[in-house]
Amino acid sequence: MSNLFCSSIGKKLLMGLSGLFLMMFLLMHLAINALLLVPDSGETFNAAAHFMATNPMIKIMEPVLAVGFLVHIIWGFMLTIQNRKARGNDRYASGNKTLSVSWASQNMLILGITILAFLVLHMAHFWVKMKITGDDLLSHTTITIGGVATEVENAYALVNYTFSYLWIVVVYVIAGVFLALHLSHGFWSAFQTIGFSNTIWRQRLTAAGNVYAWFVGIGFALIALLQYIFYQG
Amino acid sequence: MEKNINLTLKVWRQKNAREKGRFETYKVANVSTGSSFLEMMDILNEQLVNEGQEPVAFDHDCREGICGMCSLYINGRPHGPDDDITTCQLHMRKFNDGETIYIEPWRSAGFPVIKDLIVDRTAFDKIIAAGGYVSINTGGVPDANALPIPKDDADEAMDAASCIGCGACVAACKNGSAMLFVSAKVSQLALLPQGRVEAARRAKNMVARMDELGFGNCTNTGACEVECPKGISIANIARLNREFLKAKIQD
Amino acid sequence: MAKIDARIPEGPLAQKWTKYKANQKLVNPANKRKLDIIVVGTGLAGASAAASFGEMGFNVKIFTIQDSPRRAHSIAAQGGINAAKNYPNDGDSVHRLFTDTVKGGDYRAREANVYRLAEVSNSIIDQCVAQGVPFAREYGGLLDNRSFGGAQVSRTFYAKGQTGQQLLLGAYQALMRQVEKKTVKLYTRNELVDIVMVDGKARGIISRNLVTGEFERHFGHAVVIATGGYGNTFFLSTNAMGSNGSAAWQAYKKGAMFANPCFAQIHPTCIPVHGEFQSKLTLMSESLRNDGRIWVPAKKEDAEAIRAGKLKPTQIAEENRDYFLERRYPAFGNLVPRDVASRAAKERCDAGYGVGATGLAVYLDFKSSIERLGEDVIRARYGNLFQMYEKIVDDNPYQTPMMIYPAIHYTMGGIWVDYELQTTIPGLFCAGEANFSDHGANRLGASALMQGLADGYFVLPYTIQNYLADDIRTPRMTGEEKEFVEAEKAAKDRFSKLLNINGKRSVDSLHKELGLVMWDFVGMARNKEGLQQAIEKIRAIKKEFWTNVRIPGDAIGMNIELEKANRLADFIEIGELMAIDSLNREESCGGHFREEFQTEEGEAKRVDDKFAYVSCWEYKGDDQEPELHKEELQFVDVKLIQRNYK
Repeated sequence: MSNLFCSSIGKKLLMGLSGLFLMMFLLMHLAINALLLVPDSGETFNAAAHFMATNPMIKIMEPVLAVGFLVHIIWGFMLTIQNRKARGNDRYASGNKTLSVSWASQNMLILGITILAFLVLHMAHFWVKMKITGDDLLSHTTITIGGVATEVENAYALVNYTFSYLWIVVVYVIAGVFLALHLSHGFWSAFQTIGFSNTIWRQRLTAAGNVYAWFVGIGFALIALLQYIFYQG
Repeated sequence: MEKNINLTLKVWRQKNAREKGRFETYKVANVSTGSSFLEMMDILNEQLVNEGQEPVAFDHDCREGICGMCSLYINGRPHGPDDDITTCQLHMRKFNDGETIYIEPWRSAGFPVIKDLIVDRTAFDKIIAAGGYVSINTGGVPDANALPIPKDDADEAMDAASCIGCGACVAACKNGSAMLFVSAKVSQLALLPQGRVEAARRAKNMVARMDELGFGNCTNTGACEVECPKGISIANIARLNREFLKAKIQD
Repeated sequence: MAKIDARIPEGPLAQKWTKYKANQKLVNPANKRKLDIIVVGTGLAGASAAASFGEMGFNVKIFTIQDSPRRAHSIAAQGGINAAKNYPNDGDSVHRLFTDTVKGGDYRAREANVYRLAEVSNSIIDQCVAQGVPFAREYGGLLDNRSFGGAQVSRTFYAKGQTGQQLLLGAYQALMRQVEKKTVKLYTRNELVDIVMVDGKARGIISRNLVTGEFERHFGHAVVIATGGYGNTFFLSTNAMGSNGSAAWQAYKKGAMFANPCFAQIHPTCIPVHGEFQSKLTLMSESLRNDGRIWVPAKKEDAEAIRAGKLKPTQIAEENRDYFLERRYPAFGNLVPRDVASRAAKERCDAGYGVGATGLAVYLDFKSSIERLGEDVIRARYGNLFQMYEKIVDDNPYQTPMMIYPAIHYTMGGIWVDYELQTTIPGLFCAGEANFSDHGANRLGASALMQGLADGYFVLPYTIQNYLADDIRTPRMTGEEKEFVEAEKAAKDRFSKLLNINGKRSVDSLHKELGLVMWDFVGMARNKEGLQQAIEKIRAIKKEFWTNVRIPGDAIGMNIELEKANRLADFIEIGELMAIDSLNREESCGGHFREEFQTEEGEAKRVDDKFAYVSCWEYKGDDQEPELHKEELQFVDVKLIQRNYK
């Protein structure tokens, strides 16, 4: 096992496993975001946000998530650099006309970089404000959790305010589409890499991957869009 | 029906491994659409020899799609614009009159150019040498029917074993990965009880050799499978991943 | 005839090989390390021999002109490999395989060798299965067999239509295992250009690195030539473009006798020639004759209409079709041996019943099999062959019958070897298609793979020890000895001579010219007058070649025209020897058909009292007639009768 991660398949295993982990995170993230659509001026959402901010389990998972992102990003770059080197110095003058290969699978790095850029913006909008700098919009509000009145940060207000800018919503919609494309290859690819695929499962996994990818991608985009259209003022 | 066509060829010429290469443009006229692509190359070479020029060097041998020697990247695709064939099986009926055809060597760090369109594919031999066999000596083996093998396994092993080692998978892969080649051999032998015995060792050694030789990392694009003249499935790559990870975890 | 001694062990046929092995000399493991063996060629025979030598502990150097041992033309064999396993319980035995092979070879093979071949055939299958060769299997998990031409039992093991590929890959992998263990050193893109003789023994080779153009000297205590046949003398053949007879020819020029050069096999089921730029012919496996039926129109006017493109084969009614093999040979039908099937097709075409644009084709029809078994079964059996056909011809063989015509496929003749596979040069061995040994005047389908692997896995590893046992005190040579220096110089001179001709004709144009002469006069039907003409014509081509060939480029680096020219120079001489041998052999047997010698029904007529011998030709100098020696063939266990497939 010692040098597993030095091998090409070992490195890819890291990509696959971190990818699968991030995909689970995305599902959870989407589930919580969906609460933004509950028409109770953000009470449910704030309750969930409070739970996430205080639950010790989540506290542990937060750095793990960060590591997951970092591994996925760093190894992604590393593998791509190696792959470019393996390709050699000369490129085909007649290009690449191989048919029926998905565009996403050939452009995972580009998609990844775009998502990363979005991630920076996303973190600046929310995570930085919530965890480091603080923000006036986050001033405490009182909600009832399980019958107990609890004072929590008004995360909903921050989100709602952010999504009042059209350009931000547009960025979120675009990012959602890119994310979906990235996931549409990533989902199946992760299973293939860990060895869980064959001719039959490949079809099933590709189908499931596409459903998952577009569900998540459109989901995030849609929530932002709906917030902009229906939840302002 | 067969007809004759005229073509412009852009052919990669490179004197040897060290010197820089370039594209040369040639015209060939009156090529029958019934002739094969390599016969068209023969016509070009005959023309060049008659003009006192050196003919274009390209690898080819059996000309029936089984030896794996031919290796041209034609108009953006390894083995040219047809499916499930090698370059020698490509016929001129796939081209139109007046068309310009780009002819390039395989491009990959693992396959350096030797001359013109000929590349060095000895890396594949080195990978096989690392473990692509069953370690038995001649003689002293059990009767051929001593071990029954389920027909489905035998058939699947045969499908994997039909790899001809041409390198189109590497040429097609944007990562210059040799995973399809390696996985085909690992799969074939892992599926058969005779090869199962040392399956773990084989997977580790062959992958290590592949990495060492500078082939890229598979990103599961599936381009290799599309361009493989023998239609070898990337399900084999999943099996290789499985075999390899299993072997490593057991270490 | 002191020069020709087959050294067949005494005793009854069935015990010769066992007795030989029991009494032969061996080399102990410590000494094996001190002995070098050179193997030239990496096909079934070469690769399996080199792998086995390496496993035994010898130091081996193996050479191939291709980029990898896996490219050798054995890879293209489609149909299968014979063995006397009798798994189907249909009455097969070692003895039956032996008699079938001798009979199939039209009684021109050496009994002892053929018997040994049949004897070891079973071990080959065991060996290959143990290597992981994915032979076809039944649902019960046991090996499947199919039938092939010239046999009434099913003894052919197969791996789809890629049996040669799978067997070669098995041998190649065994070889690469030894390369990894450093018992075998592999030289790729490296061609033998001369054999080095020291004190009358073969002691090494001069080779040319095809990438750099440099000459190399290699020493070996023994040298094995396993470079395949010389079918490309005909230019158009089913052989690969690189297949050549040059290594064998260098052996001949150094004193090894060339046996039965006129025995070349014409394979009945090849895709017909389509035009003047055709570079090679593609074989459609003989196995297709298991389910395909061969026919031509029974009426001349139908044949004419088809040739003119006015009629399709599917429009010819059943009663207007002439299934000529079934008609002439009811017992074997479409599964008669190759020579018989080829001649029958030629006979129909010559009589004006041929189809295709040129009239030089017959149909191979799967209609009744598809009706009987369903398209899926046919697809499972021959799918890859059908696909291959469709890609070349652009016609769907599931719907319209295939068109086929005979083409040169295999050469039974080759370097003469004794029972130990040693040539008349001590220390020079020859294996596989390159030697003449086991197939007589005609090879049965699925027997070439058997012979190549038998020689490499199970014969040479024994017999070469018997020779090397006397050599354990011979020290390695450095390559600086005068014999090496001189041989290298001679080879260099030959190549500079070629480069200095600076004529006008391309190598290929001369090769095509040679091929036409060979096909027209030394092909499927030969006669005295034609052969005499052929010899004249070939000599003229030789002169033209040496005065007017044009080879662009120089001796440094890779020069493909130079490689081809060097091989063509030898093909021309081989062609001449084939014609000389054909002229000498005044009989018809197997692949050698002299029009003067046929029965009233047009079957080959042997002349056993005069020609039951192996003709062995000795090289006497460049412009000298070669000298004929005879190895008289003794038939003890089989009776010489006229082959009858009716």
